[in-house]
Amino acid sequence: MKITRKDFLKILGGSAVAATAGTLARSAASAEPNAATSKAAEPKAAVKRWGMVIDTSKCRESGCDDCIRACRVAHNIPQIPNPKQEIKWIWKEPFENVFPMQQTDYTRQAFKTPLTVLCNHCADPGCVRVCPTKATWKREDDGIVMMDYHRCIGCRYCMAGCPYGSRSFNFVDPRPYVAEINPEYPTRTKGVVEKCNFCEERLAVGKQPACVEACRDKALVFGDLNDENSGIRQVLRERFAVQRKPELGFGPAVFYLL
Amino acid sequence: MRDRPLIYAGLLVFLVLFTYPVWHGVAAKSSNAEPDLKLPATEKECVAPREYMRTSHMDLLISWRDGKVRDHQLTYRSPSGRVFDVSLTQTCLGCHGKREQFCDRCHTYAAVSGPYCWDCHNDAPGGTSQPKAGGGASVALSHPTLNSTALRRTAANPAALPGRPQ
Repeated sequence: MKITRKDFLKILGGSAVAATAGTLARSAASAEPNAATSKAAEPKAAVKRWGMVIDTSKCRESGCDDCIRACRVAHNIPQIPNPKQEIKWIWKEPFENVFPMQQTDYTRQAFKTPLTVLCNHCADPGCVRVCPTKATWKREDDGIVMMDYHRCIGCRYCMAGCPYGSRSFNFVDPRPYVAEINPEYPTRTKGVVEKCNFCEERLAVGKQPACVEACRDKALVFGDLNDENSGIRQVLRERFAVQRKPELGFGPAVFYLL
Repeated sequence: MRDRPLIYAGLLVFLVLFTYPVWHGVAAKSSNAEPDLKLPATEKECVAPREYMRTSHMDLLISWRDGKVRDHQLTYRSPSGRVFDVSLTQTCLGCHGKREQFCDRCHTYAAVSGPYCWDCHNDAPGGTSQPKAGGGASVALSHPTLNSTALRRTAANPAALPGRPQ
C-alpha cells in the first residue's frame, strides 16, 4: 500500500488531536478529586497568624527595657559593644527611623523616647523571597518567619531584603558576649544571620513570648490575627493602629498604637 | 666489602625511621583499647537500639534537627514506643552527661573531625532542667523553654540583672 503525502499528513494531524484530547481529559479527571481532597484536608480554622500590638504611649510612660532584657536572657543574645556588629531581636529605634514617612517637624518633640521595634513577621516577607538556601521561610500554620541557622550560609541577602532592619549578622563568635548562657536555648555561631522568632519555642508549649510576659505595663499585646475573638483583634477593633512602612506591601504583623 | 659499615648503618637508620610510629606509640603509652563509655545510671534504653545508635546516630540527629526546625515536630517516638523530646542538649545530654564524657570520647578515638553541633548548642544540660528520665506524657509535654527562674527575675526585679543602666 502506498501512502501519499496528503494521507500521511492526515494521519499525523489526526493522531496529534487524539493524543491532546486524551491528555487533557486525563488531567482534568485527575485534577478534580485532588483539589477537592486537599481543600478538605486543610482545616482553615487551624491556620493562625501571630501578631503583636505595641502601645507606644504605655511604652513611653515607663521607659523601661524589660522586654529587651527578657529576650536577651531567653535567646542568649550577645551584647557586642561595636554598634556595627550589634545583634538585635527586639530593640529601640528613634521615631523618625521607625515611621520615616510620618515624621513632621513636631514629631520629634512628641516622641522624644525611641520606640520598641522587632521583626514584623510579614505576610509577604522580602527576606524569605531573597534567601537562596531557604534558610528563612514563612511557617504556614502560624505565619512566623523562621530561621534555620543550620542552613544559613551568611550571604546577608535577607538583611538587604528586610526594610525594617530586623536582621543581624554574626560577624564574630557571639558566645563570649553572652553574659550568662541560658542552657535552654542554643547560641548562634559566627557567620549566620539571626532575628526575632516570636518566641516560637515558647508558643509551642502554650506560653506567651518572653517580651510580652516581661512587660509590666501590658504595652505589648500578642495574639492570633486570624481569630476574631482574640485580645489583639479586640485592641485593633477599638484603637487606631499603624504598621511600619505599609506602602511596601510586605504586610507587617506588628501594629503600633501611637 | 669496605662499604659494609655504611650499609649496616643505613639499614639501621631506615629501620628506626620505618618503625618510628610504633616506638612513638609505645613511648606515649597509647593503646587501642576502646573508649570506656559510662552508660547512664538512671536509664536502661536509648531512643533507638544500641547497634543503630552506634552506626547511625548522626542520621538520627539530622532527622531530629530537620524535623524540629523545619517541620515543627517537637517529640519523637522511639521504636519501643516511648516518646522523647527532640532536643540535643536536654534529651541526649540529659542522659549522657557532658559532651566531653560521651560524644568526644568516641570521636577522638575514631579520629572523627568534630561535628560543629557545639558551636551553637549548649554542651551541658544545665540550669533548672533535670535529665528527663521519665517516660510517657510528662516527656511528651515538656519542652526546652526559657529558664523560668531567669525570666521571673527579669520581670519582678529588672535591676537584679547585670548591665541595667541606672
